Amino acid sequence: MDPLQFLTWVRGTGLNLALSILVLGVLWRLIEIYGLGRKADLSAQRDVSGASGWHTIFRRSVPAPGMLKTSPVTYIGGYVFHVGLALVVFLFAPHIKLIQSLLGVSWPGLPSQMVDFVTVVAMAAMVLVLIDRITKPVKRFLSTFGDWFTWGLTFLPLLTGWMAVHHVLLPYTLMLALHILSVELLLIFLPFTKLFHAFTVFGSRWFNGTVNGHKGVPV
Amino acid sequence: MSASLDKGVRVLKEVMDAPIASYFNSCVHCGLCAEACLFYTETGDPKYTPIHKLEPMRRLYEQEFTLLGRLSKMLGLSKPVTDEELGEWQELVYNSCTLCGRCSVVCPVGNDIVYMVRKFREGMSAAGHAPEGIKGAVKRTVTIGSPMGIKLPAVKAQMKHVEADHGIPIPLDQVGAEYLVMLSSMEIINFPEYLAAIAKIMHQAGKTWTLCSEAFEATNAGMQIGNSDLARVIVSRIVAGAEKLKVKTVISPECGHAYTALRWEGANLIGRPFGFKVQHIVEVLEELRVAGLLKTVGMETDRLTFHDPCQLARRGGVIQPQRNLMNMVAKDFVEMPDAGFMNWCCGGGGGASAIEEGEALRMEAFKRKKSQLDAVKPARLVTACANCRIVLEEGLEHYQMNLPVIGLTEMIAEHIPDTAGGD
Repeated sequence: MDPLQFLTWVRGTGLNLALSILVLGVLWRLIEIYGLGRKADLSAQRDVSGASGWHTIFRRSVPAPGMLKTSPVTYIGGYVFHVGLALVVFLFAPHIKLIQSLLGVSWPGLPSQMVDFVTVVAMAAMVLVLIDRITKPVKRFLSTFGDWFTWGLTFLPLLTGWMAVHHVLLPYTLMLALHILSVELLLIFLPFTKLFHAFTVFGSRWFNGTVNGHKGVPV
Repeated sequence: MSASLDKGVRVLKEVMDAPIASYFNSCVHCGLCAEACLFYTETGDPKYTPIHKLEPMRRLYEQEFTLLGRLSKMLGLSKPVTDEELGEWQELVYNSCTLCGRCSVVCPVGNDIVYMVRKFREGMSAAGHAPEGIKGAVKRTVTIGSPMGIKLPAVKAQMKHVEADHGIPIPLDQVGAEYLVMLSSMEIINFPEYLAAIAKIMHQAGKTWTLCSEAFEATNAGMQIGNSDLARVIVSRIVAGAEKLKVKTVISPECGHAYTALRWEGANLIGRPFGFKVQHIVEVLEELRVAGLLKTVGMETDRLTFHDPCQLARRGGVIQPQRNLMNMVAKDFVEMPDAGFMNWCCGGGGGASAIEEGEALRMEAFKRKKSQLDAVKPARLVTACANCRIVLEEGLEHYQMNLPVIGLTEMIAEHIPDTAGGD
């Protein structure tokens, strides 16, 4: 298989396969998790404005009082990496074109120099949180194979994408094919690793906000 | 698998629900919950990271409720939960967790970790891995009626004392009273001022109230140990008493977990909504204050601060009323750092204060409270939970801090003029 054939495969069969596993995997996992249901709360509700699941979905994106000071790297590194990743994925013109070909919708992108800058910043933030995970006793203690593995799965698409654009190390065609392959690996593993928090984070915040909102506590 | 482990696993499987599944799947191992837990911040030991306290439960969830988990269990790739492991976890689930819920309000993905610890305790106690101290308290509550072994005659004796000292009759088993007043053992034995305070306050407000001879104990060790069957037995006594006496409102005493047991868990334990209201005494005092029925004279002039019981504030939603009440009688009321919603636990909630072997750790964790107090240097410390009060007193003594601890209700009552003889 030459680089062009490889690229054609990852763009066709590979992408279809990855997307199918992603969609079916996400559906399966959501049913597996949320199908468990929960019991109704029979205690008398205390109504307080701002105390609800929906409020918590948004509110929990902001650090709790005093927490930013105790863990600045986790918060700032986390913000920069998540926002950066979202910008690169959804606002890079070639990505928008791909989404348009798949779903038929499109939106304006960012200038490519800007995307380039955001990519570097997001990678730097990822390296920072990785160092933090290695050096902080609590994080290292909690870390499992899955944490290192998913870090790699997330980092590779950023790195290979940046390298493809800048023609570093390998010829463009091969690097682009590797970039797409790395994204496909990310999509395939997303439903079955901690990356699935991308979906469950909303449910978790909602449950927490609802359970405590019932007591009139805006959490 | 031993019979008790088998039972524990069965109970754990029953309590797994969608929130727990969602929480376990959301955790990204960021470790922020550790920074919210006084057992970690004061010891620096990563094993006290709140989410780690649930590790056996997480594995069981994965092995029993996910396709991949079941598969890896079948192939022998994942480690089954063992009796030894649960035994090892007892310290993490009970001694080093006061169910204060600080972790649940900081988790960035929104995991309600304390919700899971409460459920994990169901399995732990069913498997026989609960501390002797709480086991004893549960046994005494179920068989004798109170965790400290107090019976009705002790309550009656206290009623007599209050009647003699203040000249106000203490109603017992009065059908149709507005309020049913509950007590905690701690108040009956250590803080009799509470009952006297209630008598004065209710007398001034002109409210009808009563004690109940079949249900005077509000605390619920069954909930603390995590045994819903026993918690139900205990709470059912109060429900039966309230229904028999046809009261409108049951007042939870100055006790944090009694409030949670009655106000939030009670109806769920008995499986039907209550026909009466449940309020913490602080909520009742606030209502009386707003209605102009609580009239105090004079002010405390020394520097006072307030320790928020976790179950009342962060876990119960009552934060402002105690501040309004403090300001009613205190000229120099100062707030500790993190007071209110983010207040730090005394270190003895959730049954922890009953665990003898956990005392050294509790004292270590108390350094957090000490630093909060050192920041404002109060002359006296006010709170609204008899358990917090005892734990605070122990901690203060351990660190040789000369700081009296008082109950809010009793302080308010001291500012109510003695009019008993006059009307």
